[in-house]
Amino acid sequence: MIWNEKIECASRSEMEAIQSERLIQTVKRVYHNNEGYRKKMQEKGLVPGDIKSVADLSKLPFTTKSDLRDGYPFGMFTVPMSEIVRVHASSGTTGKPTVVGYTRNDLQMWAEVVTRSLCMAGVHQNDIVQVAYGYGLFTGGLGLHYGTENLGATVIPISGGNTDKQILLMQDFGTTVIACTPSYALFLAETMKEMNIAPDSLKLRVGIFGAEPWSENMRREIEDKLKIKAIDIYGLSEVIGPGVSCECDHQCGMHVMEDHFIPEIIHPETLEPLPPGEKGELVFSTVTKEGMPILRYRTRDLTRLIYDQCECGRTLVRMEKCMGRSDDMLIIRGVNVFPSQIESVLLEMSETEPHYLLIIEREETLDVVNLLVEVQEQFFSDEIKQLESLRKKLTDKIQSTLGISVRVKLVEPKTIERTAGKAKRVIDNRKI
Amino acid sequence: MIVKQVSVFLENKTGRLNEVTQLLGDAGLNLSAFTIADTSDFGILRLIVSDPDKAKEILKKNKFSVQTTEVILVKSPNRPGGLAKMLNLLQKEDVFIEYMYAFSNSEDTAVIVLRPTDLQKCMDVFQNHRGDFLVQEGQYLF
Repeated sequence: MIWNEKIECASRSEMEAIQSERLIQTVKRVYHNNEGYRKKMQEKGLVPGDIKSVADLSKLPFTTKSDLRDGYPFGMFTVPMSEIVRVHASSGTTGKPTVVGYTRNDLQMWAEVVTRSLCMAGVHQNDIVQVAYGYGLFTGGLGLHYGTENLGATVIPISGGNTDKQILLMQDFGTTVIACTPSYALFLAETMKEMNIAPDSLKLRVGIFGAEPWSENMRREIEDKLKIKAIDIYGLSEVIGPGVSCECDHQCGMHVMEDHFIPEIIHPETLEPLPPGEKGELVFSTVTKEGMPILRYRTRDLTRLIYDQCECGRTLVRMEKCMGRSDDMLIIRGVNVFPSQIESVLLEMSETEPHYLLIIEREETLDVVNLLVEVQEQFFSDEIKQLESLRKKLTDKIQSTLGISVRVKLVEPKTIERTAGKAKRVIDNRKI
Repeated sequence: MIVKQVSVFLENKTGRLNEVTQLLGDAGLNLSAFTIADTSDFGILRLIVSDPDKAKEILKKNKFSVQTTEVILVKSPNRPGGLAKMLNLLQKEDVFIEYMYAFSNSEDTAVIVLRPTDLQKCMDVFQNHRGDFLVQEGQYLF
């Protein structure tokens, strides 16, 4: 089923007309209601009247994660707090998170795009959807939750983790759709195998997987082990959360909800827009959001856009699976991690710059993070209990800052290799 | 007497201890006593050497994490109950010991390296006690 056929199957000229009208309104609104945007536009000598259609989009300044950090916590909002009904947050590049705010209309729009996504994936009203994304500041859980309710399907808001219970409910409640990270889906499959539960004995038929990169190989593995159709969903909190784009059951790229979020592909260095079909950095402008509209947000995800019509009948532009990042962000167990966050924690605990190395492995199906920290003089104590307590403090602090657990290992000073004076900070051994 | 003990951070890897002793040996520094405190990932090597400042300098130059800590050297008769007598005294005076280790370089005396939580208090206890536990300058070492 196509949830909103009028929009999802609109002609290119119809879509551009919708985008243009909404873009003009959004630019006006941010210019008049947000000092940061106004200043950036003024620096480029722009007034809202210069943006007459979607063709003028590339005249606008970019927005980056550091703009969000500078505006922490609510500086990017364009409505009074009284109109904000919810906030979410994701990882920032330092200790402070990136905060986003939603009005009541924003939440309705979000539910709509998630509902469209679910329909693309082949989910319908009679389905039972187990949402195993984390509920909380992370947009995954609540995003899928309200989209499922909006569709009229049944939602099981179990949130992340608690694998035995996930499996129990799948069996007893007759779950037909699971929504989680792809690596957790594999973990569920492995656990079921250990428990001698055959996938055929479950009613599971569709998985909605996102929040981390995954390959076609992983898709085949999940589909094979769980006997389901594995659908890729994409989103980021700065734009809305999950539901920015999603695959249909033809699994040939994710349809972008471009009546709300206009995508562009730019060259990550020259920042010039690239012609359709070329690979580059994905940039989004939201054109209906009220609480925190965002113009030309650099996602740092590398991908390309496909404008050919899809066999499903939808005309919405498709984006390929993301093929890497143009920054050093890592996605570990669905959580965005910046090496600079770790740096800021270590700096808090010592006067001088610490040397560290992050080693990420995929053990079985889950990501494991080892953090090696060199014991420089400022950390070293003659007493074991103090070193142990240092390790525990680091572990706790990093866990609370990053939102994932890490194994901290204290190592000797010269252990971590320096290349031309600058240490290599990350070794990612995962084969995704 | 109070001496400077050299502490070195070591990862649990083969060859690390050897490297430290080689460096010190090459520099002509003699080891009187040492001990290793270990955990699953790392250890702390504690050394009593003839020239702790020089040892620290050499190890630092070779990029080890090194620290010096003040410890107390005491002696105890090398016979059953010898150590207990001293520990009884410390317990009575409420002196808490972080760690200790011992070596013996003659048949009748054992030397004990003590790291109390409160160094001065521990020294006072020994100095006020008529039984002379404290090792004196020039005794037993090297």
